[in-house]
Amino acid sequence: MSNEPVNSGRRKFLTLTTGVVGGVGAAAVAVPFVKSWSPSEKAKAAGAPVSVDISKIQPGQLVRVEWRGKPVWVVSRTQKVIDELATLNDKLRDPDSAEPQQPEYATNPSRSLKPELLIAVGICTHLGCSPTYLPDSFGEQVEGVESGFFCPCHGSKFDMAGRVFQNVPAPLNLVIPPHYYVSDTQVLIGLDKGDA
Amino acid sequence: MKKLLIALVAFVPSLVFASGAAVHLDKANYDLTDKASLQNGAKLFMNYCSACHSTAHQRYQRVATDLGIPDELMKENLIFTDSKIGELMKNSMDKKDAAKWFGNTPLDLTLEARVRGADWIYTYLRSFYKDPTRPFGVNNAVFKDVAMPHVLEELQGIPTAVFETTVDADGVEHHEIIALESNEGGEMSSDEYDQAVLDLVNFLVYSGEPNKLERQNLGFWVIGFLIILFVLSYLLKKEYWRDIH
Amino acid sequence: MLKKLVMGGIDWIDARIPMTETWNKHLAQYPTPVNFNFWYFFGSLAMLVLVNQILTGIWLTMHYNPSAEGAFASIEYIMRDVPYGWLLRYMHSTGASAFFVVIYLHMFRGLIYGSYQKPRELIWIFGMLIFLVLMAEAFMGYLLPWGQMSFWGAQVIISLFGAIPFIGDDLTLWIRGDYVISGATLNRFFALHVVALPLALVALVFLHIVALHEVGSNNPDGVEIKQKKGTVSEEAKGKFTFHKQYSSKKDIMDAVPFHPYFTVKDIMGVSFFLICFAAVIFFIPEGGGFFLEPPNFEAANGLKTPEHIAPVWYYTPYYAILRAIPDKLIGVVFFGGSIAILFLLPWLDRCKVKSIRYRSLAHKINITQFTICFIVLGYLGAVAATPLYTIIAQIASVGYFGFFIALFIYSKNEKTKPLPTRLTH
Repeated sequence: MSNEPVNSGRRKFLTLTTGVVGGVGAAAVAVPFVKSWSPSEKAKAAGAPVSVDISKIQPGQLVRVEWRGKPVWVVSRTQKVIDELATLNDKLRDPDSAEPQQPEYATNPSRSLKPELLIAVGICTHLGCSPTYLPDSFGEQVEGVESGFFCPCHGSKFDMAGRVFQNVPAPLNLVIPPHYYVSDTQVLIGLDKGDA
Repeated sequence: MKKLLIALVAFVPSLVFASGAAVHLDKANYDLTDKASLQNGAKLFMNYCSACHSTAHQRYQRVATDLGIPDELMKENLIFTDSKIGELMKNSMDKKDAAKWFGNTPLDLTLEARVRGADWIYTYLRSFYKDPTRPFGVNNAVFKDVAMPHVLEELQGIPTAVFETTVDADGVEHHEIIALESNEGGEMSSDEYDQAVLDLVNFLVYSGEPNKLERQNLGFWVIGFLIILFVLSYLLKKEYWRDIH
Repeated sequence: MLKKLVMGGIDWIDARIPMTETWNKHLAQYPTPVNFNFWYFFGSLAMLVLVNQILTGIWLTMHYNPSAEGAFASIEYIMRDVPYGWLLRYMHSTGASAFFVVIYLHMFRGLIYGSYQKPRELIWIFGMLIFLVLMAEAFMGYLLPWGQMSFWGAQVIISLFGAIPFIGDDLTLWIRGDYVISGATLNRFFALHVVALPLALVALVFLHIVALHEVGSNNPDGVEIKQKKGTVSEEAKGKFTFHKQYSSKKDIMDAVPFHPYFTVKDIMGVSFFLICFAAVIFFIPEGGGFFLEPPNFEAANGLKTPEHIAPVWYYTPYYAILRAIPDKLIGVVFFGGSIAILFLLPWLDRCKVKSIRYRSLAHKINITQFTICFIVLGYLGAVAATPLYTIIAQIASVGYFGFFIALFIYSKNEKTKPLPTRLTH
């Protein structure tokens, strides 16, 4: 007088098999639901790599382009600025770019493919504001340093290679996006060389 | 139950027939797996149709990928606007101008094959004939008094219609088209033209539902899986119900 | 060790909410008539389709744009640009038709086996309310793709309210929120379709099942499995124990616990159903123009009516009744009446015998003619009206309503066959 079914081996086997196959089916049904959250073709098209003409950028000038909805800076660095980068190491949190905030090819003192051009995502690593470029008044923020980036939201400071200074809220250097030079005058932001 | 099934089987064909009975349509034997045909269709569409008709729900990139056209080739030969390859296939025609020239705005054709059906488009594009009374000098046997020129004239020439005149019981004359005769004025022979239109239709069927082949492929796997599940669950049910029977 | 942990966890929960108790009461020790046939699959299938609609629906709202400017394009965005969006959309559109297939068969089951009769009137009423809400849900959902059929179908149905004397015109204006079907209409239909009506639907389904479990299921013999205490032999009681809520006051005969016997049987039914469902989704998602109508692949255009407007197939029987009557107001009255009269079924049928198996020839003929009329009306509602079709539709409408009138008359003193003392299987 029990509702417990007779647990023959066959019954156990069939219950298990049906359960497993059914479970696989349920997991398969979840796939379209999960995948539909990935970026759509529309988002991908909007986030497509951006080509920038660098031939007209003046020394010291910052050009802002939009890539995946975020501001990307292309800054032309003068020799003076490049020389200055080497002198700042003891004031910086991560002077050698140990944190993976940049592609392999930009893990160098100037954090770039070409020292004379900085290409960085202009989003503060603290809480996502876009820092202000101070080409010649950065000395007010960090004594003795002529140019850099200052985030107006919470006062984070970055040097001309996007490296974060010590004693500010931002924990990490600015992100260097994947990019490569298509020609001497064209840079493609959003794609590593060879991924095209 | 059986009655219901029989009734359904009996009714369905007549309904399908009823919805498209007006004109006889030729069967378009398109083949979505034929990439060459799709590519040719895309080329014809972009060259002859896209100046007026957009396919604004699909993207150049997707078409290029699905049809096996390299991006560079697509950009150079098939994108006539200043669109980027990831963008939707809109066209640059101004809607107001279009309304002035044609009397109404040319339709977006992304889904035309799902609205009209492949057979309709196939027959329609092969049914233009000379009619000097119309603004564009042509009329169409499938779509009477259509406000569209014969854009493929360069390929087909303009056929002439052969009319049959009948007089009904009230003495009213009726003109009915019984055949279209080619004037051999185009670049293509009649067979070549049919094939070109078929390619174009193929492309439009593709545009209507680019996932169609993927859908059907996936379907075989899903149904195969479900049949296994059904067999297992049938055995399981039988096993448990031995307690009762 | 693991087993101990699980058992401990279950005890912990049971001390706080009646989980095991509910499981036993409604599944493991719920008495289910042993003689259920294939007609009894459609209840659980309806639940399955409801879950499918809710899940795919939630996911579609993540990508859909409920505005007159963006709705049509956003559907194509889902079909093309969203990964697997096409599958979610076809699951939802096919699910809508599947819902009605399953519900109609479920209702037909209730009709032939007298499942609406005393003491199950409320189950039937809740079921009819579910059907009514489902029709509203499907109607509003059909506007959302903003195609030609969406627009003109809504136009026609909303205009029906205009037939109501005095307030009709103001009412249609109020429903639309505009002088034509517009973005305002679309937005309110969207809100109702994705929030309000699904909530009502789920609540009604809950009540439907509560009412069912209170009185217990009917079965193809229409003989109650719950009998007066002391009248059922041990042999008829069988080897199973049932929850005391059911067995303390009554003797239960020819029943098996729902779980595992009907769970495994329903899993089998579900697997079979899914094969058919997947076949439509993956191979004929348009359903031959019945599930997705060709004109609906063209964006809504308030200046151009499609050549032939037909409602989606599940409304066509009532639509045919509407069209068969050459007067707008009377047509609308009969249109509404064709649904409303179904609510009265438990009281129109005055016979004490439930199942068609033991009822009179008159009843069998009546149900057969009703079924034929319903299908004929369904067909006629889908095609363009001609004078001949209109006459046939009028005859079928008479058959439709005649079913209820005849039932009321003959069921009072119906000559029925003797009922079996046990369930037959």
